[in-house]
Amino acid sequence: MPSTTDQQLRKILTDVLGLKPGQADGFAADTGLFGHLPELDSMAVAGLLTEMEDRLDIVIEDDEVDGELLETYGALLAFAEAKREAA
Amino acid sequence: MTPASYPCPRPTDPGASEYALAFDRGQAVRLLVIPALFDEGHKLRHLCVEVMRRLDGSGIDSFLPDLPGTNESTADLNHLTLADWAAATIAAAHHFRPSHVLAVRGGGLIVPPGLPGWCYGPVKGSSLLRTMLRARVLSAREAGREESGEGLLVEAQEHGIELAGYRLGAGMVQQMQAASPAALAEIEQDVVGGSPLWLRAEPDYAPAQADALAAYLTMAVRA
Repeated sequence: MPSTTDQQLRKILTDVLGLKPGQADGFAADTGLFGHLPELDSMAVAGLLTEMEDRLDIVIEDDEVDGELLETYGALLAFAEAKREAA
Repeated sequence: MTPASYPCPRPTDPGASEYALAFDRGQAVRLLVIPALFDEGHKLRHLCVEVMRRLDGSGIDSFLPDLPGTNESTADLNHLTLADWAAATIAAAHHFRPSHVLAVRGGGLIVPPGLPGWCYGPVKGSSLLRTMLRARVLSAREAGREESGEGLLVEAQEHGIELAGYRLGAGMVQQMQAASPAALAEIEQDVVGGSPLWLRAEPDYAPAQADALAAYLTMAVRA
């Protein structure tokens, strides 16, 4: 059984943010990301999006990326899941 | 560990040289480390040097050359192409006489031919470019300017571009966009453990990853 989008997204954030194993398990839908985590600058977000494309096998267009998409964990997950269903 | 240098001719200066970090005790096994490119090079340099220290302790020499236009080099990056970097790694190989090569990430795009070795986290040039273009689009948007990655790429292939603080010429962009990693054995993250340091938002260092990578290489060079 392949891991779910949720699990994969938590792993990607763990890698990008340098979290300890399991730390991302505590992310809830309303956990703040971009704007709440100072280390998520534009280069880190760009790396995050490229990694999401590679691991989730999706393509993210520039115009789909806005502040709301990265505002919370829930918003990012909903986006990733919708992308995978559409793929 | 000692600072060393290797002859690396430039069109305007045939006698030019570049620096390298060297652990050279005249051992039989000599590893040329081809660094990761651009910001990933910074994020992975600490790991590379720590791996080299461990290899030194295991009786393996290693060499980490500066690519022209990076680190201590006085060459102007804006005038360089990926082919110039490939020529530099060949020049470094001529000078240091390695028996093996370890390419790290984008270093896999500029590996000198004819050496056995490994690539840790190989990546296509187009993927590296895409991430840097995306970072530029995101930061432009924060500043209230609308740019598109595709539009920037077209323009960059004609006129060059500044990405992640690096001024890249058109030739560099064109060659990056087309470049694929050399056919070396891949070292996957599972071997190294933890999470890839080039992905970290904040540059970090993980001694356990250096231990694992050095242990893997120590066994692999003698296999």
